[in-house]
Amino acid sequence: MRPAPDLDLSVQTLHLVLAADPDSVRDGLARILALPPLTGLSDDDRGTAEVVLAEVLNNIGEHAYAGGAGTVEVTLVPVMAGLDCLVVDQGVTMPGNQPPTGRLTVGPETPVPDLPEGGFGWHLIRVLTQDLAYARIDGCNRLSFTLPNTG
Amino acid sequence: MQLQTQTRPRLLSVLVMEDRIDAASAIQFKERMRDLTQTADGRVVLDLARVMFLDSSGLGAIVAVKKLLAPDRVLELSGLTPTVEKVFRLTRMDTIFTIHPSHEVAVSHAASA
Repeated sequence: MRPAPDLDLSVQTLHLVLAADPDSVRDGLARILALPPLTGLSDDDRGTAEVVLAEVLNNIGEHAYAGGAGTVEVTLVPVMAGLDCLVVDQGVTMPGNQPPTGRLTVGPETPVPDLPEGGFGWHLIRVLTQDLAYARIDGCNRLSFTLPNTG
Repeated sequence: MQLQTQTRPRLLSVLVMEDRIDAASAIQFKERMRDLTQTADGRVVLDLARVMFLDSSGLGAIVAVKKLLAPDRVLELSGLTPTVEKVFRLTRMDTIFTIHPSHEVAVSHAASA
């Protein structure tokens, strides 16, 4: 089989396996951000990608693996609309077999003692991505979404 | 977690010397902030001009510091970089905090108050 030409977007597909603990996620994000296809995005879109991937990966460490050891596979494929992302882990299934809604319960009138110190992650993922889908297949969680190009 | 402080009458400035506050550093950030703010009084201005990345854990830690200081003291922010600003805006936390464009503006704000 002939190698794909350089202009073929598929050659910029990034596949990475990393551990799901916070330090490994930080290191993994630094690697992802330094490689195509992320290096081809605008600063704004790269920032968005880092936020979304950080939330997704740290959620897996914190919830799917409940702070224990486990690995995550990340696949990033550049498409016309942006970046198709697939994240696969072997942790426990998501509650209710679906991703959390991430509804914010805070506003300017919220008293300081009642301010939430968490629960922001899924809200950020949902507002910054498109076509979010979750499936539990063969003991794996498969979360897919698109990070749209905004320029 | 490197934090640099400056004290003025009724104002403590804390400059974050790291480029990120994330899941790997949020707990340490919160503990350092609690220690640093214990010995001072008045407003606390947290300057985030060097912080290029903040995730939900980092945001939660900043909210936690605000709650630790309340009700007698306020936590204000300055120098939000674009990605950090986006996280605050999308979570509506920009409506909860007083956010100054720069540390200098935050300090002069204190002087006129």
